[in-house]
Amino acid sequence: MKILVCISNVPDTTSKINFTADNKAFDKNGVQFVINPWDEYALTRAIELKEAKGGTVTVLNVGEADTEPNIRKALAIGADDAIRVNANPTDAFFVAQQIAAIAKENNYDMILMGKESIDYNGSQVHNMVGEILGIPAVVPAFKLDLVDDSTARLEREVEGGKEVVEVKLPFVASAQQPMSEPRIPNMRGIMTARTKPLNVVEPVGAEAKAEYVNYSKPEKKGGVKMIDPENAGELITLLRNEAKVL
Amino acid sequence: MSVLVFVEGLNGEIKKSSLEAASYGSQVAQQLGATATAVAIGEVHEEALTKLGEQGIEKVLYDEDSRLNSFVADAYVKVIAKAAQQESSKVLVFSNSNIGASIGAKLAVRLNGSLATNVTTLPNTDGGSFVVTRGVFSGKAFADVALTADVKIIAVKKNSFDVTHNAGATATVEKLSADLADADFAAAPKETVMQETDGVLLPEAEVVVSGGRGLKGPENWHLIEDLANALGAATACSKPVSDMDWRPHHEHVGQTGITVSPNLYIAVGISGAIQHLAGVNSSKVIVVINKDPEAPFFKAADYGIVGDAFEVVPKLIEAAKALDK
Ligand SMILES: Cc1cc2nc3c(=O)[nH]c(=O)nc-3n(C[C@H](O)[C@H](O)[C@H](O)COP(=O)(O)OP(=O)(O)OC[C@H]3O[C@@H](n4cnc5c(N)ncnc54)[C@H](O)[C@@H]3O)c2cc1C
Ligand SMILES: Cc1cc2nc3c(=O)[nH]c(=O)nc-3n(C[C@H](O)[C@H](O)[C@H](O)COP(=O)(O)OP(=O)(O)OC[C@H]3O[C@@H](n4cnc5c(N)ncnc54)[C@H](O)[C@@H]3O)c2cc1C
Repeated sequence: MKILVCISNVPDTTSKINFTADNKAFDKNGVQFVINPWDEYALTRAIELKEAKGGTVTVLNVGEADTEPNIRKALAIGADDAIRVNANPTDAFFVAQQIAAIAKENNYDMILMGKESIDYNGSQVHNMVGEILGIPAVVPAFKLDLVDDSTARLEREVEGGKEVVEVKLPFVASAQQPMSEPRIPNMRGIMTARTKPLNVVEPVGAEAKAEYVNYSKPEKKGGVKMIDPENAGELITLLRNEAKVL
Repeated sequence: MSVLVFVEGLNGEIKKSSLEAASYGSQVAQQLGATATAVAIGEVHEEALTKLGEQGIEKVLYDEDSRLNSFVADAYVKVIAKAAQQESSKVLVFSNSNIGASIGAKLAVRLNGSLATNVTTLPNTDGGSFVVTRGVFSGKAFADVALTADVKIIAVKKNSFDVTHNAGATATVEKLSADLADADFAAAPKETVMQETDGVLLPEAEVVVSGGRGLKGPENWHLIEDLANALGAATACSKPVSDMDWRPHHEHVGQTGITVSPNLYIAVGISGAIQHLAGVNSSKVIVVINKDPEAPFFKAADYGIVGDAFEVVPKLIEAAKALDK
C-alpha cells in the first residue's frame, strides 16, 4: 500500500490574525505554524493502514523551506519519507497541479488530504486533484477502511446525513473527525525523523487563477448587552423586537 | 451569455442556501448585462423550479434523470458543464455546501476557470476586473480575490446573502439531458443514511442552540432540544461534547467541526475557546449563557446572561413558547 498524505502549513488555531500595514499580505510575525489540523486525521489514518497492511506513507507539502519543521513533525508522527515542492503556494489550483504532478510519477494507491486548509478555507484542492488525475475524490470522509486490496469503503458527510461509498483504488479522500485520533510524536519518532528522506523538488509550470489583493478584518461587535438572570425571559423579547432575529 | 446558478433540492423544494445563490446569480447577471439561468438536478417539484423567477432566474434547465437523486460528483459535473456550454456561461454560481464546493472545484479544472469558495460579496467588476470578498482564516478575516481566468466560479457562503422576492415572477423550465453513461455513476453511494430529525438541519438553520460541557451530561440535553424546538432552531455542540459521545459528531461546530453562520447562535455552557469561535463567529447575533462572568465567549457576544443554565434555560423555553409565531 503506497499512501500519499498532503499537508498544508497553517497558523496555529489560537493565532491572532494580523496583516501588514498596507493590508496586502498576512503578517507572519509572532505566528506559530502547525500542520493543518484536518491533515493530521489523514496522516494518522494513513499510518494506521500502513501498520495494519504494510506499505509506505509519504507526506507532501507545497511550500517554501520554512514549512520543513512541520514536515519533520509528520515524519516524527510516523510517515516514512517526504517531498517538498519548493514554491510559494498562493493559489489552490497551482497547489493541485503540483500534487497531481507528483502523483502521476509515483502510482500511489490513495491520496489523503484534510477537509480544508484552515488558513485559506478553500476546500478545493482534493477535488481538483481528483479531477486532474481522473480518479474519484471522496470529500469529506470521516471513515476509511479497505475492503480488499483494490477497494476502499468510506463514509462521508452530506448535509443532513452520511453516505457510504465504495471506490476502487486509486482515489483521493479528504479527512475529517473522527477518522482517526491524531498522534503526538514520541522521542523515538523525533530522533528517527531526522534521518528520514525529505526530498525537495522544483514545481512544474502551472498558472495561478486567483490573486489575493487585499485583506480586512470583521467589524468589531458593539459590545455585549447583559440581561438579569432573574428576568431571563426578557432576552427572548429583545431577540424579537430589538435584534429582530426571531 | 448567461450567469448559471446550480440549485440543490431537498424533499422536492429548493434549499434556502440555493435560493440565496440564485438571488446572488441574478444580481451578478444584472451587473454584467446578462441573463440568469438555473440548473436543477434530480427530484424537484416543477412549481419550485418555476418559482425561481422570484429570485430573478429567467430559465431553469432541469435534468430529471432519477439516477441523479443522490449526489454523484462526476455525473453532476457533466450535467452542469453541458448547461454551461449550452448557455455560454462565463460565471457559474453555487452555494458553498459540500456539494456546491465539490462540483465547483471539479468544474474549475474542467472549464479552466477561477474558483472562489466561501464568498460573501457581489463581485466588483470595475474596469473589467472581477474581485470578490471571501472569508479566510476561519472567520477571523476577509480577503479580496481577483478571479483572473475567463470562466469564474463562485460558491456563496450560506446566510451571507438575502433571498430576493420578486413576487409572482416565474421562470420557464426546459428539460436538459446530459446523456449520462453508467461509468459516470461508478462512485455512486452504496447507501445514504439521513439523520433522524424532525427538527431543522444544522447547516441550513437560521437559529442554532448549542450546548457545551457546562451542561454536565447527555441526560440534560432536553434543555437544549426544548429551547431549539420552541425557537424552530437546530441543535449543535462543542467539540468535547461530541468527543465524549454526548452528542453526534455532525453537531460539533468549530475549527475542526462544521462552520455555521445563522442569524442567531445561542451558546449554553460553552466557554468560547478560540477554536469554537472559529466555527460560529460569522453568526449575525450571538447569545451567551454561562455561569462564569469571565468566560471568554462574552467578548464575542451581543447578548449575555451570567447564570446557571439549569435555571436560565427553562425560563427561556417558557418565554419562547409564549411567542406568537
Ligand atoms: C495569499 C496566500 C499566501 C499564502 N502564504 C503561505 C505561506 O506563507 N506559507 C505556506 O506554507 N502556505 C501559504 N499559502 C498556501 C496555503 O497554506 C494553502 O496551501 C493554499 O492556499 C491552499 O489553500 P486552500 O484553502 O485552497 O486549500 P484546501 O483546498 O482547503 O485544502 C484541502 C487540503 O489540500 C491539501 N493542501 C492544501 N494546501 C496544500 C499545500 N500547500 N501542500 C500540500 N497539500 C496541501 C491539504 O491536505 C488540505 O487539507 C498561501 C496561500 C495564499 C492564497
Ligand atoms: C486543534 C484544536 C482544535 C479544536 N477544535 C474545536 C472545535 O472545532 N470546536 C470546539 O468547540 N472546540 C475545539 N477545540 C477545543 C477548544 O479548545 C475547547 O477545549 C472547547 O471548545 C471547550 O468546550 P466547552 O466550552 O464545551 O467546555 P469548557 O471549556 O469546559 O467550558 C464549559 C463552560 O461551561 C460553563 N458552565 C459550567 N457549568 C455551567 C452551568 N451550570 N451553567 C452555565 N454555564 C456553565 C463554564 O463556566 C465554562 O465556561 C479544539 C482544540 C484544539 C487544540
